[in-house]
Amino acid sequence: MADAVPRHSKSVGRPSVAWALPGALFFVFFAVAPMILVVALAFTDWDGIGTPQWTGLSNWTRLWDDPDTHQAIRLSLVLTVLTWLVQTPLALLLGVWAAGHQRNRAVLSAIFFLPLLGSSVALALVWKSLLDPNFGLIADIGPALGFEDGDLLGSSTGAFGAVLFVTAWQFIPLHTLIYQGGARAVPRSLYDAAAIDGAGTVRQFFSITLPQLRNTIVTSSVIMVVGALTFFDTVLILTKGGPGTDTTIMPYLMYKNGFQAFDLGYASAVATILVVVATTVSLLLVRLTGFTAMRSTREGM
Amino acid sequence: MRIPRSRSSLRATGLAAAAALVVGGTLSGCGSSGPGGSGDGEISVWVYQDPSTKVQRQVVERFNKTSKIKVKLTQVPGDGYSDKLRTSMGTPNAPDVFFNWGGGSISEFVKKDMLLDLGPAMKKDPSLKKGFIPSILDAGGINGKHYGIPMRGMQPVILFYNKDVFEKAGAQPPKSWNDIIKLIGTFKGKGVTPFVVAGTDPWTELMWVEYLVDRYGGAGVFKKIQSEGKDAWGDPAVLKTARTIKDLVGRGAFGKNYKSVNYTADGASTYFAKGKAAMHLMGSWEYANQKTNQPAFAKSGLGWTTFPSVPGGTGDPKNVVGNPTNYWSISGKLKGKKQQAAIDFVKFAAKQDYAKALIANGDVPTTSDASSLLNGHENPTYAKFQYDMVRDAPDFTLSWDQALPAKYTPPLHTNVQKLFNGQLSPTAFVDAMKGM
Repeated sequence: MADAVPRHSKSVGRPSVAWALPGALFFVFFAVAPMILVVALAFTDWDGIGTPQWTGLSNWTRLWDDPDTHQAIRLSLVLTVLTWLVQTPLALLLGVWAAGHQRNRAVLSAIFFLPLLGSSVALALVWKSLLDPNFGLIADIGPALGFEDGDLLGSSTGAFGAVLFVTAWQFIPLHTLIYQGGARAVPRSLYDAAAIDGAGTVRQFFSITLPQLRNTIVTSSVIMVVGALTFFDTVLILTKGGPGTDTTIMPYLMYKNGFQAFDLGYASAVATILVVVATTVSLLLVRLTGFTAMRSTREGM
Repeated sequence: MRIPRSRSSLRATGLAAAAALVVGGTLSGCGSSGPGGSGDGEISVWVYQDPSTKVQRQVVERFNKTSKIKVKLTQVPGDGYSDKLRTSMGTPNAPDVFFNWGGGSISEFVKKDMLLDLGPAMKKDPSLKKGFIPSILDAGGINGKHYGIPMRGMQPVILFYNKDVFEKAGAQPPKSWNDIIKLIGTFKGKGVTPFVVAGTDPWTELMWVEYLVDRYGGAGVFKKIQSEGKDAWGDPAVLKTARTIKDLVGRGAFGKNYKSVNYTADGASTYFAKGKAAMHLMGSWEYANQKTNQPAFAKSGLGWTTFPSVPGGTGDPKNVVGNPTNYWSISGKLKGKKQQAAIDFVKFAAKQDYAKALIANGDVPTTSDASSLLNGHENPTYAKFQYDMVRDAPDFTLSWDQALPAKYTPPLHTNVQKLFNGQLSPTAFVDAMKGM
């Protein structure tokens, strides 16, 4: 009996390291190895043919002085912050609402999730035609939004707003889904107890739902922030980084240097910065919110 | 369209190319694995796949009937052509003969000595050189040497106008810059945009810059930029051009919302066909484009003329800009019999049968004896206008975004777009070009 217990606990405990091997190998081959190569390429000059020439820090000094890069970093950060500010409240409210089991909510949430099913490229193309200044929807509603002649994509704020809006429209459903799951996991008994204590719906939301969703908020935020930092398709199709360079965010800058200019060394330097920033931000987010501590939201229950 | 380095010429057929991409899976050698190098008895030929590819398919069939060394044709779906070619050059999978756009699309290969200089072959067989319009042949060369044989139709940039709109306004197509300025006033008064330009696709704005620089300073200005580098952007013609663009924008020549107009999703062409704009500066593919999307307009409403001269300009008003054509280039690695076979193969492009096939496809061939064949074109007047315009042009300047090495394309587009948007002043534009 004495030695049966440890063996038993071993078999129901954590699976052995071998289980992680396929995933780890996949990660090493398709993520770690390319990342190392990208970092190495960032110190070379390479046009895609021939062999890369070692150029030391020249890409990096160029990066440091390049106004396009400064603008791209700024735009990426602004886009990330605004994305979070726009998407989180909407997704949170929708998710909590969709967590109810009423039939109308089930039907409406199914409709809300539709944008998630389309490919980013197809959706961006649809929005591009909607934003055509002469034939699109914007030709009619533009003046009401302050864009005379439907010239939304031609204005810096308009084009940036369009990217922000289209991504929000596309990704809020995903986050709604996450919040719906989170909200459904909140124990019914908490609400029953609150109701007995005389708490209304609003009070219940702020005192029970929101605190209980803390981990969900962190998860959703990390996905959102990393997603916004690496966002690409919509910019490529909707604005092509324009007008001028006013929507050229970091991933698009990387594409422009890498696959339009075939300046793969410089593009790798941009990519390296992107990897470092995205990793740092998501780590910080997880750290600062105490997500790593795995503190239970059910403490005291 | 997601075409990183594809040429504006082919963007018009982007959708068709996308469709071809789907169909292409069933054709031989279209996989991403690469067709591999050629065997002993064959040479590998790569071509950009689009609806015009059938002309090349036919010529390969004809060639293989007579030749001992066979051609193995690989059709690369449009979107990926440039990337695929670039990544395969310098590997054993590189093609022996390949389709390209001349200029910047092969300059890197020439620099690395990967292409066959066609000079000796042309000396041996003068028909190879005399067979084509000289300005077209020259546009495919680099530093005076020939690396390409023209193999598709010509694509000059033409000033198109809407006949109905002109008729309603009682106006005549512009013959001088003065006419242009007057017409801007006329059409604005009628509530019609004088010129449609697709501001979200900066290569359409670049056409204006190319023509104006040519008219102000001649074809030599850009040649100097190509040979001497960035400082040559300081030529006064460039600054004059930038000022003229600013003036045109200020006059409302392009309307109010040109910054949001696109070409690739047919925004500009539809606007033009519907009579909301009077004129459209665009490549010759605009005709085919209109024929597909607005057939009635293409048939009776579409007019065309040349780009006028400018006051004080020294450039020859007969000069043309645009995409001369596409070329076959031969790998420098080919030797002996295989090299000869490759030369024999590209020579087919100089023959009348080939020119006829191009005409049947709606293209205007670049061979020097094509004039008499043009009656077979679906629109002989248009074909002859184009052919004469190009044949008589002392210089045919290749679109800058194709003529310059790839790394200059993004900043060139950005700077031109900023100039049109008023985000760069004319002097700042010149400085930005010098700093590319």
